Amino acid sequence: MLDKLFMYLEFPYVRYAIIVGVLIALCSSLLGVTLVLKRYSFIGDGLSHVAFGALAIATVLNFTNRMLIVLPLTIVSAILLLRKGQNAKVKGDAAIAMISVGALAFGYLLMNVFPSSSNVSGDVCSTLFGSQSILTLTQTEVLVSGILAVIVVGIFIIFYNRIFAITFDENFANAVGTNVGFYNLLIATVIAIIIVLAMNLVGSLLISALVIFPALSAMRILKSFRAVIVFSAISSVTCALAGLLISILAGTPVGSTIVAVDVLLFFTCTIVGRIKA
Amino acid sequence: MSLLAAKNLTVGYDGHGVLSDINFEINQGDYFCIVGENGSGKTTLMKTILGLQSPIEGKIEYGDGFSKNEIGYLPQQTEVQRDFPASVFEIVLSGCQNSLGRRFFYSDEQKKLAYKNIKKMGIADLKNRCYRELSGGQQQRVLLARALCATKRALLLDEPVAGLDPNVTSEMYQLIKELNDEGLTIIMISHDIQNIQNYASHIYDVNRGKEAPSC
Repeated sequence: MLDKLFMYLEFPYVRYAIIVGVLIALCSSLLGVTLVLKRYSFIGDGLSHVAFGALAIATVLNFTNRMLIVLPLTIVSAILLLRKGQNAKVKGDAAIAMISVGALAFGYLLMNVFPSSSNVSGDVCSTLFGSQSILTLTQTEVLVSGILAVIVVGIFIIFYNRIFAITFDENFANAVGTNVGFYNLLIATVIAIIIVLAMNLVGSLLISALVIFPALSAMRILKSFRAVIVFSAISSVTCALAGLLISILAGTPVGSTIVAVDVLLFFTCTIVGRIKA
Repeated sequence: MSLLAAKNLTVGYDGHGVLSDINFEINQGDYFCIVGENGSGKTTLMKTILGLQSPIEGKIEYGDGFSKNEIGYLPQQTEVQRDFPASVFEIVLSGCQNSLGRRFFYSDEQKKLAYKNIKKMGIADLKNRCYRELSGGQQQRVLLARALCATKRALLLDEPVAGLDPNVTSEMYQLIKELNDEGLTIIMISHDIQNIQNYASHIYDVNRGKEAPSC
């Protein structure tokens, strides 16, 4: 079995997939904790549908670098969604549901009306579930993912204390003069970047799993914010790596294998948490 | 000059006034209580004092070199906080966020200040415990320690005894009184008029629009 693994690792695209997979898992787990605690778990899901719609537009317009369309559109939606939460005419969860299903419907519609290849349902399926697209990454895409990942991790470390303050108590932070609006904007932007990155790995329907499961697992067993963050980062990377290797060896779809490993870890942590308590 | 003064203030939401003709002065060292029934606009007034929303008419003046970001705020607990995985020390330290300035990480002095306030609130043995495992009274002490990290001069407490049992309530009042005796200005929102009369130096009733006499 190891021989088989080493044989696969000879191929550059397999190595690219593993590098990018690990980076994405790391980034998505960091902000997952904040999203879960702020009750924003569904934003990841909503944004991934927006990203799907944006991807459809990019495909129809025949853009070579589709990131150029997908990234800005997703960032704008993220900002709008987090804004909506504050002075809600349409309540937060309804706004997310509205935007996400709307984008999904328009995306699918566009891909059908202006088909870019003969296999529309294949395209749609691979965008939604990631399929093997992680194995078709080019060197440039790996580089872009790497740079974005460094930016996300950098922002998170630099603003760690403020992110904690805002996650725990937005009112207090606001009262003592922290610019809560700006940091919420920052969080929204970073989430959008992560979602777009993660689309390559697990596809748009499974992204929220990558964002919330590591955080939820960590919260079952740990008691300080820092420990929760560190554990969810490590566990997310480990699960992604395990999922990737299993899918390479067993020929299962990459995205759902990774998520399955994440779910498994969550149940393990839940049981461990129960026993400890 | 007073620390904080409301001058012909009207507060409210979306241009609609909830309370008008508010006039009061708070001086250094006061124990100032704002009372009123639920839904009377106390919270709106408090948010205006903190600068979280702007007044509809009139203004709040800060004097004596005091600014609104220096008020240590003890908010009511939110749903999010009840199952929040954070240690007591992490939460108290976050009270230092207004003195971070352009820096990104807390200095050793700020960590010492956090620890000092944890000891002051009598929760040193809980320092590494998880916030969500504490009792209501202990959680209030944690948030009070955090508020102390944010201020040297004034605390604003929003219903600090809401949901606490009678024993813990009187402990809490005692603790706040001690802080006041040390020279800290206390501004408290409450509807617990009975207890407050024993402690406050000034009581402002939002419904009557004037300072009620107190003992």
